[in-house]
Amino acid sequence: MNKKLIGIMLVAVLALATFTGCGSKSSVEGSVSTDGSTSMEKVIGALGESFMESNSKVSFTYNPTGSGSGITAVAEGRCDIGLSSRNLKDEEKQKGLTETVLAYDGIAIVVNPENKVEDLTVEQIASIFKGEVTNWKEVGGADAEIVLIGREAGSGTRDGFESITKTEDACKYRQELTSTGDVITTVAGNPNAIGYASLASVKETVKALKVGGITPSEDTIKDGSYTVQRPFVLVTKEGAELSAAAQAFYDFVLSKDARSIISEAGVVPAN
Amino acid sequence: MNNRKQLTENIIHGVFLILGLITVGCVLLITIYLLIAGIPAIGKIGLVDFLFGTKWTPTANDKMYGILPFILTSVYGTTGAIVIGVPIGFFTAVYLAKIASPKLKSIVGTAVSLLAGIPSVVYGLVGMLVLVPGIRKAFNLPDGASLFAAIIVLAVMILPSIINVSLTALEAVPPEYEDASLALGATPIETYFKVSVPAARSGIAAAVVLGVGRAIGEAMAVIMVSGNVVNMPSLFQSVRFLTTAVSSEMSYAVDGSLHQQALFSIALVLFLFIMLINATLNLLLKRGRK
Repeated sequence: MNKKLIGIMLVAVLALATFTGCGSKSSVEGSVSTDGSTSMEKVIGALGESFMESNSKVSFTYNPTGSGSGITAVAEGRCDIGLSSRNLKDEEKQKGLTETVLAYDGIAIVVNPENKVEDLTVEQIASIFKGEVTNWKEVGGADAEIVLIGREAGSGTRDGFESITKTEDACKYRQELTSTGDVITTVAGNPNAIGYASLASVKETVKALKVGGITPSEDTIKDGSYTVQRPFVLVTKEGAELSAAAQAFYDFVLSKDARSIISEAGVVPAN
Repeated sequence: MNNRKQLTENIIHGVFLILGLITVGCVLLITIYLLIAGIPAIGKIGLVDFLFGTKWTPTANDKMYGILPFILTSVYGTTGAIVIGVPIGFFTAVYLAKIASPKLKSIVGTAVSLLAGIPSVVYGLVGMLVLVPGIRKAFNLPDGASLFAAIIVLAVMILPSIINVSLTALEAVPPEYEDASLALGATPIETYFKVSVPAARSGIAAAVVLGVGRAIGEAMAVIMVSGNVVNMPSLFQSVRFLTTAVSSEMSYAVDGSLHQQALFSIALVLFLFIMLINATLNLLLKRGRK
């Protein structure tokens, strides 16, 4: 046996080892960085935790900066996977970004628990937010002025809500708040307020309205009957190869194993 | 030996020089960056349309970038905070400097320092949970998040700087002035307001300007109580400040868009306001020293 042969055999063994390494998850090393939508904090946090449990050598980070910032970050290569709670705009797709739907999030229309109104149609919601209906008694509630609570321009939740209800740029908000938590707190503190927030973050302090007679829930969102819903999207750069760790994470979150974790976080898995 | 001493001196001198230059460098870097980032959008929008436009709709189909509502809100909000905060702060400072017993003075002094140390997000949170619903009930409004709520929060936030700087100025008044006034038969209160306060006036003016600077630059607390809707300012309406205009939309503005550049331009306007306030402050302090 000459040295050359040994060398070739060594290479072959190493190559085999690398291939088997790809097959078994536990041997993945490195880091996965995600950046983007604050609405996705709960679901991506749960996925990251469970991914790190089975891949202890991987460090997972999530930077809650907002959908726009997350998309920018992945376009500039500052993170592996961008998180967006809206579909990509055409100009963003032109930059070579691709989207993969991870889950669907129902946007709950929330009011104060003291409010007697239980059910609104999408049209009623639209006319309330456009300022055409300004008093709760016009939709079956008490005689009080409706206080509209919304999110800041560019927020994924606002974008989702306004595009679903077709009220883009027409909402007459009384308050524009910068986080889902602020919306919930404000609606909980004002008996005449109405706002919107992702269903996953709705707490008992507020009441989620039925829309067109349909209660927002996982089932009604999955079968599409609850119409106020939006996608949670993973954004990656076309052509740029993901690191082994990031690829493993990407495959994991879209796999069947991740479904229960996504459901537990209050959103509906897409796969 | 002497040479070596000289060398050490020089090295230490160099180290201090570098440390000093770091600060100057930061200021220069921020100024230059803001100018580079802020001017293009003003050029594209037009200075008059930008500063005096009343419509801000950066994400609508018909995009408008007028920041007059933000400028007026910041000016009104700051003025309101000064109108409420300065009398309270000023009289507190006079009381602490001249009348209060040393024990009481130390207790109130500690409370004022604590007030200064509370993070602004806590002011905002308390404002959101207590003040906003309180204003809604007290004035029977549909919603309490308003310019008025922001003014109250800002007035409380500027108290520590007003009290502390006025206090220092009042304490620096030479006791001979007051003794002379008292010896001539003036009452203590007359002495404080006719002798001590005029003698400390440049310091007190500096305190007010410092308060203005703090109020106009505050973002976190006001974003939680002012409602953040772009309206021309009115006391019980939801309003948006210069600071909150930048912070609430920066993370969502599409990178490289005119929207993002316009936000930098707002920051530039805010920066110019602050520079103006600082220049006034320096002028006042210089005049005080003469």
